[in-house]
Amino acid sequence: MTLTVSGLVMVFPILYAFLISFMQGGEVLQGSLWPETFSLANYVSAFERVPLLTYLWNSLLVSVLIMAGQLILCSLAAFAFVFTEFKGREWIFYLFISTMMIPWEATMVPNFQTVQSLGWLNSYAGLTIPFFAMAFGTFLLRQQFKTIPKELYEASQIAGISKLRFFTGVVLPVAKTTITTLAIYSFLTAWNMYLWPLLVTNNEANRTVQIGLKQMQTQEIASDWGVVMAGVVMVILPTLILLFAGQKRLQEGLTQGALK
Amino acid sequence: MTTMQHEFTADRQVERKRAWSNWATGMLFLLPSLLLFGVFLFYPMVRTVYLSLFLTDSQGVPIVFVGWENFLNLFQSTSFQISAKATALFVLYTVPAGIVLATALAILANQKLRGIGLFRTMFSATMGMSVAASSVIWMFLFNPSIGLFNRILAALNISGVQWLLDPQYALLSVSIATIWMNTGFAFLILLGGLQNIDQSLYESARIAGVSESCKLRKITLPMLSPTLFFVTTVSLINAFQTFGQIDLLTKGGPMESTNVIVYSIYKDAFINYNVGSASAQAVLLFVTVLVVTVLQFKIGERKVHYQ
Repeated sequence: MTLTVSGLVMVFPILYAFLISFMQGGEVLQGSLWPETFSLANYVSAFERVPLLTYLWNSLLVSVLIMAGQLILCSLAAFAFVFTEFKGREWIFYLFISTMMIPWEATMVPNFQTVQSLGWLNSYAGLTIPFFAMAFGTFLLRQQFKTIPKELYEASQIAGISKLRFFTGVVLPVAKTTITTLAIYSFLTAWNMYLWPLLVTNNEANRTVQIGLKQMQTQEIASDWGVVMAGVVMVILPTLILLFAGQKRLQEGLTQGALK
Repeated sequence: MTTMQHEFTADRQVERKRAWSNWATGMLFLLPSLLLFGVFLFYPMVRTVYLSLFLTDSQGVPIVFVGWENFLNLFQSTSFQISAKATALFVLYTVPAGIVLATALAILANQKLRGIGLFRTMFSATMGMSVAASSVIWMFLFNPSIGLFNRILAALNISGVQWLLDPQYALLSVSIATIWMNTGFAFLILLGGLQNIDQSLYESARIAGVSESCKLRKITLPMLSPTLFFVTTVSLINAFQTFGQIDLLTKGGPMESTNVIVYSIYKDAFINYNVGSASAQAVLLFVTVLVVTVLQFKIGERKVHYQ
């Protein structure tokens, strides 16, 4: 009973947004909870009044690029931490830990200036590259790589197998599930980014869908709640599906990252 | 030279070659990350500290070195005091309540029932919601004339509240929305923590006839403490970095009542073009987060029960 009530309270705002997106203007103003007919007019209108398709495409591209960048950089760094021993490695490890103590927002002004002077404003490079390195992901993968016996690495070295071969042929397959977890996490976070895209994009061609929502909310469409909610649904649908599909895996992965 | 010495030097050469190859591989693999951390995290952090000591033009180019003046100005400005207070209150409103809620939901969802998966999905759903989408939905719920909250109040014959427009309620309203937005993430991690607790503890407690509330206090919460500790740290740091919901719901108003620190930095840097002041606030944010993290670890080391 408690379970059902709290479940309904938690999902109510999301459910309500879905329902409103099918309502006609009058129904929203009357405060109905259930649409009389499930009309798709608001969706058609949303796509017509803002370049929603372009925004969705931009968000998809940016999220996939960030995800790929983070996976590559994190797994390379984790490999170095686990399989190579050299002077100064400890020091670099602490450097990685220290990055988690710098709030990203505290660095946004010089970062904006850097991206501006690189000519990366309104570009996919500016939206993605600053986020490729990630300490959390590196630690998560390091934890997983550590389960591979070092003797295996040494044997492969003696057998003359190249490090890159060992990395792509042995290490990555072993860590497949952790990599998937990290991929889901990266995609979710990148898709939902707000402040940075707001700073570095100011034209419709490069804007992500989150900033598109702000645009919808500030234009005259704002009074047309059905249309705005149709926009909201288009934004949350991909991540909700991803979350539902990967929820269990995400929970296991994040707990692992939290406790070790 | 004897053969033994020969072998020895050869060994050393092999050893040195291996050490060098290790170093080269390690650095090569770490280089991309190090480079990006350098350019987009360490450099801008140092640059922020540097800028905080200067008077800058509207482009953020430093002009005159002014030392602590930006900081002194901040401490004397009422606007910054309001912002600091709003940030502190926001943290106070959102973090404890959010953790209690997420813990309660996690305990509820940790029962072994049929169809429990559905509830777990429901409770974690907000993790898939972006701050922008969530804010737009809550904007509607808070709407004074057609929003749900005032409709409920009207049904109870209570006069409506200007949730986001009344300086008295705005911060509280944004906090309620924020608690909801953050629950999914905290819930998922806490549920994972609960599932890691050794079930035999509960079995022994059941045999000993221990009450449910006693089990919660003596087993669940102590065993969950490392996870709770992690979630608290992350929530605290997140609360200090709040931006999106403020930008969409209140724009820092009314009467600066929701002008939390990151929003204030954003406004000073990108709307008022006062980069020196924005940088000084960014330094204060950095120091605050650092102090919170260090304190958490100091306290955490002593108080938290690790298995």
